[in-house]
This record gives sequence, C-alpha cells and structure tokens, in this order.
Amino acid sequence: MIRDNRRLDLLLLAALISFVILPWYRLRSGFFGLGWVGDYLTDARVWPGVAQLGQWWLWPVPVMLLAAALLRLTLPPARRGGWLAILGAAGIAWMMTQGLSVGLRGWNWAALKALGDVGGQQAFGAGAIGILLCFAGLIAYGLAERGALKGDAFVLGSITLLIGLVALFVFYPLVSMFTGAFQDFDGSFTSAGVARNIGDPKIWSLRCLFGSGGCGVAWRTFFLALSTATGTTLLGLAFALVATRMRVPFKTGLRLLTVLPIITPPFVIGLALTLMLGRAGFVTQFIEDVTGWELGRWLYGLTGIWIAQMLSFTPISFLVLIGVVEGVSPSMEEASQTMRASRWRTFRRVSLPLMAPGIANAFLISFIESMADFGNPLVLGGNGGVLSTEIFFAVVGAQHDPARAAVLATVLLGFTLSAFLAQRLWLGRRNFATVSGKGDGGRHAALPRRVAWPVTVVVFLWAAFTVFVYGLILFGGFVKIWGLDHTLTLEHYTRAFSVGWQGGFVWTGVAWNSFWTTMKIALIAAPLTAAVGLLTAWLIVRQRFPGRGIFEFALMMSFAIPGTVIGISYIMAFNLPPVQMTGTAMILIFCFVFRNMPVGVRGGVAAMAQLDASLDEASLTLGASSPRTLRRVILPLLRPAILAALVYSFVRAITSISAVIFLVSAKYNMATAYIVGLVENGEYGIAIAYSSVLIVVMIAVIGTFQLLVGERRLRRQIEPAVQKRPKEVQA
Amino acid sequence: MTSPRRGAVAFEHVRKDFGGFTAIPDLTLRIEPGELVTLLGPSGCGKTTTLRMLAGLESPSAGRILIGGEDVTRLPANRRDVSMVFQSYALFPHMTIAQNVAYGLESGGMKAGPARDAADRGLGLVGLDGMGERLPSELSGGQQQRVAVARALVLEPQVLLLDEPLSNLDARLRRRVRTEIRDLQQRLGFTAVYVTHDQEEALAVSDRIVVMQDGRIAQEGTPRALYEQPASDFIADFIGEANVVPCEVDRVADGMATVRVGGLTQTVPARDAAPGPAQLSVRANAITLQEGNGPFGGKIVSSAYLGDHLEYEIETDVGLLFAIDAEGHAPLRPGTPVSLGFRPRGLALIA
Repeated sequence: MIRDNRRLDLLLLAALISFVILPWYRLRSGFFGLGWVGDYLTDARVWPGVAQLGQWWLWPVPVMLLAAALLRLTLPPARRGGWLAILGAAGIAWMMTQGLSVGLRGWNWAALKALGDVGGQQAFGAGAIGILLCFAGLIAYGLAERGALKGDAFVLGSITLLIGLVALFVFYPLVSMFTGAFQDFDGSFTSAGVARNIGDPKIWSLRCLFGSGGCGVAWRTFFLALSTATGTTLLGLAFALVATRMRVPFKTGLRLLTVLPIITPPFVIGLALTLMLGRAGFVTQFIEDVTGWELGRWLYGLTGIWIAQMLSFTPISFLVLIGVVEGVSPSMEEASQTMRASRWRTFRRVSLPLMAPGIANAFLISFIESMADFGNPLVLGGNGGVLSTEIFFAVVGAQHDPARAAVLATVLLGFTLSAFLAQRLWLGRRNFATVSGKGDGGRHAALPRRVAWPVTVVVFLWAAFTVFVYGLILFGGFVKIWGLDHTLTLEHYTRAFSVGWQGGFVWTGVAWNSFWTTMKIALIAAPLTAAVGLLTAWLIVRQRFPGRGIFEFALMMSFAIPGTVIGISYIMAFNLPPVQMTGTAMILIFCFVFRNMPVGVRGGVAAMAQLDASLDEASLTLGASSPRTLRRVILPLLRPAILAALVYSFVRAITSISAVIFLVSAKYNMATAYIVGLVENGEYGIAIAYSSVLIVVMIAVIGTFQLLVGERRLRRQIEPAVQKRPKEVQA
Repeated sequence: MTSPRRGAVAFEHVRKDFGGFTAIPDLTLRIEPGELVTLLGPSGCGKTTTLRMLAGLESPSAGRILIGGEDVTRLPANRRDVSMVFQSYALFPHMTIAQNVAYGLESGGMKAGPARDAADRGLGLVGLDGMGERLPSELSGGQQQRVAVARALVLEPQVLLLDEPLSNLDARLRRRVRTEIRDLQQRLGFTAVYVTHDQEEALAVSDRIVVMQDGRIAQEGTPRALYEQPASDFIADFIGEANVVPCEVDRVADGMATVRVGGLTQTVPARDAAPGPAQLSVRANAITLQEGNGPFGGKIVSSAYLGDHLEYEIETDVGLLFAIDAEGHAPLRPGTPVSLGFRPRGLALIA
C-alpha cells in the first residue's frame, strides 16, 4: 500500500507548490511565461495564494488542503478514500463559487453586497489552476482508494478531468451567454434587452408566406436549411448510387470529391460563385451582353447562399450516404429478386425503405451544417443575412447588442439541437443498415434503368460544375483584376507570400503573419484534439461509470452547437475573471479542441468497438497499468482512427471561420479571418491566392500525417512465393 | 512473496449486482493451493463473472476476495498476482509471439533482454520453440491458444485463470490441448481456476468441479462424486445428460436401497434416502433395449445413427427417455415397441 501513499504525497506536494510558490492570479505576460520570477519580491500581483490570504474568501482552500494532509497521516487508504473525494469536490465547488462571486471590482452579483465590502480580484492564474487540478486529483484518488471503477486512479483521473474540461469549455460558455443576455453593463439583472429582441418581427415575421414583405431571419434561415438539406440529400444519394451501384468511369474521382469540403475554407465557394455569377462575374456579363438584361445583384441573398451550400455540403451528404447504400445487405436484394420482383420493384420496395433512416440522417446533418454555415452567407448574404451572420453583426457591428446576439444564438441553437435530438432519439433506433461481422456474400442489385439514367446525368453535370468551380478558384489567383483585366500575373501570390533579404531573412508577404499563426495553432490543437477525443472514446467504450450515457450524449450534442454560437459564448465567458483568456492563442486552441473533439470521439468509438475488449483485459491481467495498456495495446491498434482525428482536427483548425472570427486578435490572427477581411475590402485576387495556398498546404500536411502515423501491421504482406526474403528485423 | 498460503483463493460472501440485476447473490468458495478447480454451468450462471472478479476485471458489490491469504478485493487487475487465458486468446495482433509473451514480464519491470529469454523458455514449455518472430495471425488456432497459455504462465502467477480456453478449437484439438493444460498444471503445480460449460471437459481436467446455477453453487466435488452422486435433477441432467425419472424407494438396508421404477426393481446406493417417492438419475448409456415387449416397455419416437452408437428417444410410462445404444447396428424405426432394462452402474438416487 506504500504506492498509494506515494501518489497522494505527490499530489499534496503539487498542491503545496501551487499554493505557496506559483502566482495565484493571472498575469498579463501569459500563463507559461516566467517573467514573474524577477518581480517576485516587489510585485504583490505575482504573489502566490499564501500571500493573498488577506482576502478571507481564500481561507477555505488551505484549510481543506490541511485536512487532506491530516487524513493522509492518520487513516489507512480504504477508510480515508471517501473523505478525500469529498474534500476534493468541496474544494472545486468553493473555488468556483468564490471565483464567480468576486470579480475585478468586487462582488459580481448585487445580492451579495450584503456580505460586506470586498476588493476585487484578478482571474485565476497558475497557482489557482494548479490547486483546482489538485482538488480534481483528490476526487480521483479518493474514489480509487474506495475501489470505484476497479480502483483505477488513471481512469478516474481522466474522467474527472474530462468532465471538468467539458463543463468549462462547453457548458460554462453557454450558460454565460444566457446570463449575459439578462445582465446590464453594471452586472445587475435586466430583461429589457431580451424583451426587446425576443418578439422582434425582424426575427419572426412570416410575411413572405402570408401577405407581402420579407420573412424574419429565423424563418429565412430555416427555409434555407430545408432547401439545402433536401437538395444535398437528393444529390448525395444520386452520387452514392452511382459510386456504389453502377459501373462508370472516374469512380475514384467521384470519391475524391468527398475530400473537397474538408479542405476547402468555407467561404471559398462563395468567392468562386461571386467571380462567376456576381455583378462582375463572367457568366453574368456574358448573359447581359447577349440579352441586354440587367441581372445586377441577383446572386446575393438566399439564392446565392443556397447554391454555395449545395456545392459545399453535397460531398458531405455523399460521404454519409455511401455508407448507407453499401450498408444495405445484398442478400436482402437478392432475396427480393428470387421472389420474382423486378429491379425497379426491388429498388422501390426493398432497397429504398432500408436506406430511408440513413437518408433521413443525411438530411438532418445537412440541415445542421446549413444552419451553422457562416462563411458562405458572409460572402453572399448581401443585405439579407441568416442567423449566423446576424449574430456576428449584432456583436461586432455598429449596433453592439449582446442581448440580441444571445437571443439570436438561442434561436439558432434551438433549431440545430432539435435536429440533433431528432437524429439521435428518433432515428437512433431505426437503423437497418447492417454490417455484420460475418461475410455477407452476394452482390448489390443493379439499379433499374429508369433510376440509373437520370441519376448518372445529374451526377456528372454536378461533378463537372464542382470541378469547374474549383478550377475557377485556382485560376482566379492568377489574373490581375477579376472581371476587368484578365491578364495572367503572379502579383497576388508575391504580395501575399514574398520573402526578402533586409539585413536578414524576412517574411515580407502580407499573409505570412496569419499563415504562421494558423499553422502553429493548428499543429498544437490537432494532437491535443486527437488525444482528448480518443481518450474520451476509450473511457466511453471501455469503462462503465455512472452518468456515462449522459456524458457521451452531451459530448455529441456539442457537435450540433454552431460555431457562431461557440464564438460568441466564448467571448462572453472568457473575457472576465475567473477564467480570462480572450486575445490569447490559448482560447483559439481550446476552442478548436472542444469543437472538433466530438469527431475524434465518434471515430474512436467506432474503431474501439472493433477491438475485442479482452485485449485490454489481457493487458491488465498481465500486470500492465491502464496508461501502459493504452500506449502499448490500444494506440497501436487505433492508428487509422488517430490519423483520421489528427487530420480532421488539423484541417478544421485551418479552415474554420465561424467561431474563430470572434476570437482572433491583432496578435493572433488566423488565415481565414484574414481572408474574410480581404474579401470585405474587395481584394479578391489575394484572397483567392491565399485560399489556394491553404488548400495545397492542407493536402501536403495530410500526406505527411499519413506517413508519420504509418500503417497498422497486423499481418505480413503476402509475398510471391518465389521471392523469399529474410525475416524482418523487429523494431 | 512466498507465503504458506501461496496459491490459495477464497471468496467470502461475495455479491455482484449489475444495475438492478443480481448475478451472484452470496458466494463463498475456497480453493486450495495447487488445485485445478472448474467452474461449470450453463451460460448466465455466473461462472465467468466469478472468474472476472478473481482477475480484478469486475469488482464485487459486497464481500471479500483473498488470494494467497491477502485481501485483494480493492486491488486493480494489474496488481493482482493472477493471470488469465481468454476465450478469444486476446493475443495482441500488432506484436509478435515473443513480444506478446514478454509483454507481461516487461510490464512488471523486467528488462527487455531477460524478458525475451524468459519468453523463449515459456514458448518452449508449450512446444512453440522458434515461433517467436511470427505474428499471431500467422499461427493456427491451437498454436494461438498455446501462446495465450505461455503468456500467462511466464508470469508465474499464484493462480492461473482460464476462461473457456478450448471453445474456439475443433473437437479433436480440444481433447489434446486439455490434456496438455492438465499436464502443465500437474508438472508446475500452480493453482488453476477453469471456466467451462462443457461437462466432458470439466470431468477430464478437474481436481474439483463447482457447478453453478443462477449465481449459486449447485454442487461441488470431485468429478466422480458429481457424476455418481448428483445432488439435484439439474446436476444429473447437466453432468452427463441423465434422464431423471420418478421412482419409489421400497426399503433401505446396508446402505443400499431397493427402488421400483417403471415395471422394474433395482438396487442402488441409498445416499440417505428414506422409503417413499424419490427421483432416479438414469444415464443415457445405462438403458438397454430390445425389440419386443417386456415388464418395462416403451415405443421408439425417433432414432439417429451416429456411427459408433445409436441415439433414441423412447416414450415410456415414466416419460420420454433419451437412450444411447452402443451395441446395436441398424437403428430401430420409430413406432417400434421395445423392452427396456437398466445397467446398475448408470443409476443414482438424487439426494
């Protein structure tokens, strides 16, 4: 039992360091900076918690730590465990209470003034965060000593930490956003802002359906999402049918289309459409020249957004529906055919109904994507925006009305969460797509002719359109001024990415600054996202802890929170103590990690479900601890999932705009936010050149990740019998 | 670590709930050092749960588990001195055979070199010398099984746990591997707990069999005691597919009981029976049959030809009987009337 004491001793030592040495409050120089060491004797702001005890609300912290140390000295592990866990929980609760109650300038809540006057306090710094982590550690070790979850402290620690992080970075911001809507500038409660906005006809009017005039922004967004979801689902299904059920050339090319939306910054399609169909677009001009009509700005508004979203999201729906179409067991179709059904009857009565839940799923995913889309509406919205852009303008625009932003965000969240709940609760149990472990022989039935022809035609037309649009993007970076002067030039690329020699090597291009920031942040965020996501997946699949179902559900739900909502909620939550980090790189990294983690979790859960649980158990019974089991057994077997999570989170960190645009600062500007700025200034050439470079870089990085993570080696490659090689040397 | 009780296992009033369902209400069980004990029972009887609690893969809801005299109830699996052979073998597919076998040793802090040597010795023990560089996917099922045993044995655990180790092997291989396991256990003298649902396997390998039913111990004892003196109709049916028929005990004398069953009278060991109605276990191969009528008659319902023996279902006054005829050559047709008799060795009163 000596080992248990050693761990607890380390934990208490860490708590001591956090409380007696590290600066208790947040320093302007940043979390990891060491500048405070020099000012240690002179500057009270960098002093540790022990020196801040003049503030009575910090007293419970050392008291609880002393109590833990006393328990360590007096009681054996089995008996003290419960008390340690309770102390840890109480510690965290107190830290949160005092942090939220005492703000920069005293009490945060008017009701607390009765408790007497307090000075203000800064946000948590290294010391306070260290103490919080130690309290979390106490919970985990305490529960482990009580024998919870087979006494595995690592598992308990991970669960505690993850729950804490999800609470801090997913739920706390949302709650802050709601309370922010009801707060006046001085912190007192007011419902005026909400009352003003909640019934606003600009949000809710239905006059486009009944009577004359335009509809409110909520309904317009909703109708747009419905049209986009319908269109992309139909197109996606057509693509999936062609890719899996027909013998056509360029099949691999079709599948490559599914990668496009992942590596395309979200506003790029809108940009290309502007170049083609906007006021100065060449198609517009051609039509105007030939017919003499005045087309003008027809593209800007819902029509344009719809076209852009169709282009952006059809590949996503294609990706979902490939799985659905392939998942229908061929033996069902063969059974139908042996019962004398024609191909058409088989398709209509057997294949389609079996696919129906999957199709509905694709519909709901497209619906959520369309609702959350920010880049395309920003470029193409014109005067009539959608919810996500309205939220943005409510915060950054001249109106600066946080209550309005919060109300709009709630409406948007309401739509996407309903779609998500519908997907999980209603569709969850209706999945017929069967992938059984047994080899399901047989071949999928060919498509009936009356389906095959129209589907093929539509697919190839649309694919051609997509390729054309992307070609346009690449081409657009090389012409002088789009629509006016089509001379080929490298001018945009040199302005963005030139390097020079001015007494030393310098990055002179205008894009370098945001480019390197983006790369740095994406490269930090990607491994963190993958690690957190896969750890979570492992806990969800392999550990049975109370509340596991809710935990998983909440995680998945965070995927349905639109980026705009995340952006605004992060600003409202992390701009003031107790946790303050707006304007730092940290807030961008955390935003990416928790925004992209659900995809890692989903991938990890799927991959882990294929790994026999007895592999973990075998490792444990062979004496390996659970971290060692993770490292030596699980991770090597999860390489494909790790790669997918790494690539996805890296790429999403580069291409995302909706949340990022709220969180960037002059010091940490991201590529997408910078490009949007260029678009707003009408500098299309550079914007397009920059976007093309991003796309190329992402393809290169995906390739590198693939090489780094490598293939999982479970069986030797089958070699020709003639060619006998000596056995490979083991690494 | 050597204590006089090394290898002893004890369950003391162990309960296990899964949510609202109680898998094991109250289990008390002792296993002596060097003993091979089989947990036998139908699926869902709690035998695997018992094994997993011993391994530390499930934690009991109440009660204590001791290994080698030490309370391990709250000890995680990786700190218990046991190792386990899994039904699916659970060989790590990305490691070679030698890496698999050395894995546990390295987890325990052994350096790579000595671990590798020990792994090679372990592989030698199960007759797989020179296979160390292969991947699990390159071995046959039987070889994989032996790797799993070697991987568990090189750790020299106090107790070796085997969870249906033979169920993925074909019938012929099963017989050979079970002999090998029993030989190893006798030779090295470790304690082993063996879970199976196959009564033949249990009879073949065990020092002692613990038959479980609904999370309780239905009966425990040596293979012979269980086979010859079943404590209930469940045991009689489960061990050796016996027919359980109602009978009448006429009198008891000198430890032998005279029993009337069907139209016949038999003498069987009394086992505390008193005169009156009772139940008799009749092994399928203890029923003799001849075409024609007799004092105990029946009618063939169905028959099956299985090469070295014939199987019949026979309708009688005491119910449907299942009989095995090892001497007949041509199966009797359904509907044929037969005259039945018993061989005394296959009969037992159920206590």
